[in-house]
Amino acid sequence: MNGAVEKTGSSPFVATLKRLLARTGLSGRTLVIAIPVLWLLIFFLAPFLVVAKISLSEAAIARPPYLPLWEWSEGMLIISLNFANYQYLLDDALYYLSYLSSLKISALSTLFALLIGYPVAYMIARAPDNTRNLLLMLVILPFWTSFLLRVYAWIGILKGNGVINNFLMSIGIIDSPIVMMQTDFAVYVGIVYTYLPFMILPLYANLVKLDESLLEAASDLGARPLTTFLTITLPLSMPGIVAGSMLVFIPAVGEFVIPALLGGPDTLMIGRVLWNEFFSNRDWPVASAVAIAMLVVLVVPVMILQRSQDEKEEAAS
Amino acid sequence: MSEPKSAAETRPWKDPAAVPFISIKNVTKKFGAFTAVNNISLDIYRNELFCLLGGSGCGKSTLLRMLSGFEEITSGTIEIDGQDMVGIAPYERATNMMFQSYALFPHMNVEKNIAYGLKRDGMGGAEIKDRVAEILKLVQLEEFARRKPGQLSGGQKQRVALARSLVKKPKVLLLDEPLGALDKKLREETQFELIKIQESLGVTFVVVTHDQEEAMTISTRIGVMNEGEIVQVGEPHEIYEYPNSRFVAGFIGSVNVFEGQVVDDEQDHVVVRSPDAGIDIFVSHGVSCAPNQKVAYAIRPEKISMSRDRPKDKKNVTSGMVEEVGYLGNLSIYQVMLESGKQIRVAKPNIVRLDEEAISWDEKVFLSWDGSAGVVLVS
Repeated sequence: MNGAVEKTGSSPFVATLKRLLARTGLSGRTLVIAIPVLWLLIFFLAPFLVVAKISLSEAAIARPPYLPLWEWSEGMLIISLNFANYQYLLDDALYYLSYLSSLKISALSTLFALLIGYPVAYMIARAPDNTRNLLLMLVILPFWTSFLLRVYAWIGILKGNGVINNFLMSIGIIDSPIVMMQTDFAVYVGIVYTYLPFMILPLYANLVKLDESLLEAASDLGARPLTTFLTITLPLSMPGIVAGSMLVFIPAVGEFVIPALLGGPDTLMIGRVLWNEFFSNRDWPVASAVAIAMLVVLVVPVMILQRSQDEKEEAAS
Repeated sequence: MSEPKSAAETRPWKDPAAVPFISIKNVTKKFGAFTAVNNISLDIYRNELFCLLGGSGCGKSTLLRMLSGFEEITSGTIEIDGQDMVGIAPYERATNMMFQSYALFPHMNVEKNIAYGLKRDGMGGAEIKDRVAEILKLVQLEEFARRKPGQLSGGQKQRVALARSLVKKPKVLLLDEPLGALDKKLREETQFELIKIQESLGVTFVVVTHDQEEAMTISTRIGVMNEGEIVQVGEPHEIYEYPNSRFVAGFIGSVNVFEGQVVDDEQDHVVVRSPDAGIDIFVSHGVSCAPNQKVAYAIRPEKISMSRDRPKDKKNVTSGMVEEVGYLGNLSIYQVMLESGKQIRVAKPNIVRLDEEAISWDEKVFLSWDGSAGVVLVS
């Protein structure tokens, strides 16, 4: 082992690299971290700033369809920040109603995903070793098919002459098809179905670590199974619940494809509003303002949660 | 406490009329084709500190888990205080268990951990507080009441676990390797603490351990287990001095075993001819065995005397050459090769400091012992 390390250490390439690093004052550690940091700077922070910039400009019939934020005119730098887009979001009820509706649909979908995902994750975590991997595979299996195709498949299941209606009519439970497509119901089904694995996996990762002797200890001290669950399993799986809920809730708020394909005209979700603003109205500044506002709506509670979580961990250690 | 008690009072197992507190009858536990516990019958009396002693996989923990209700009995019955335990869930039993891993709830502080069981009984807040304070005092953890288990040392966790399992005043406390995770010094101190607590509370303890020294120190009686069966039950000195089989003799302490054959079988003594020992060993008690039966003669290292000159007053004398000397501080262990090629161990207490005259390597020595020093093992 030691010999091998020395060997690679003395190879000319590594030696050169080391010399280079020493000269620039960088360590290997910073180099490793630099790659993701660079990635985030280029593909997250930079686009974000561009969007933020557009959100503060004025719409115009031009290419691109907004006025520049600053210009040189007769030796003067004129910066014009247009906050009217944000003002507009507050004035027009459509926007905050869409936000509220998005938050409501996401929150309820998260709750349903939790109610379905928790027992599944629990069962997988308690399954014998050899079946556990198989069950986990089954949870991940849907990812092998395109997300878009799976949403289209739901149309085939939910529509008037779809699988469910045909089945129910053939066995005579209903006479006429139930309207499921283009309703909020279909949106819930789509979101819960799509994001369920993101709920199950963190919950599983948490529950599989749960020491079974804790449950036995609770039982030994007189707790019935339900009490054991409420006082031991549930509190200890809180980090998994929070992680899973975040992974479902956050992308669901900005979800566009599912409400567009499965939802009806009444299904207000901010993703769709954004799409319409951008592509139909070609109002890039307002669309950008909608996007930035959504980020704020999502980031603030996440940060608060993160902080409380950190504090809790500090208190525990 | 102050009055001396009669033997029958302190040792109910000596009294045939005594009613056992825990009665285990023909209990068998199978996991699939594997028999973990094989037809065990055992009586444990009130206020005993009973140790189940055995190596790993001998079934001792399974037996304990059947007492606590975590494992169902395949066949047989267990009665505790006259109540049949079959079909009674762990949370309905008047037993509490102290887990080997302690199983403290990591999200609750010490106080809440201890109060957990009391809350489940629907006890009032004020009473819970009193009981918790009382037990915290008993295990000397008053200052740590608000700490989480993660902020405690191993010894403190051990005491929290003990407090949590004792606070409900169970009829029986089951302890699974209670001192296994502590270092040697702490373990020795805690052993005596455990005995003190057991005596002051008057709770019946059933302890599972693989540590024979621990079992010898703390228990009123020991049940030695091997391959799912109880091979011997007795008080520590009985187990040590009168093991009933080679397994028990070898498991508890260190022992020299000579193979041999009974050549003279009388009411009050027997003679075992042992080529191993190079002599006919005189045993000053009767043994129930067939004439000419092959037996083993077991003798503890500390029961053998060693001298440079042939002793005249001992019944059994043989000789050999010192091969190794191990100095342990309080005593020295000598490995002696007999003329037959058999190696035996002799323990000699170091009474004199830096004994210049001490027997050393490659010396010819005489080994001798009395007729009552060893036991004949038929099985």
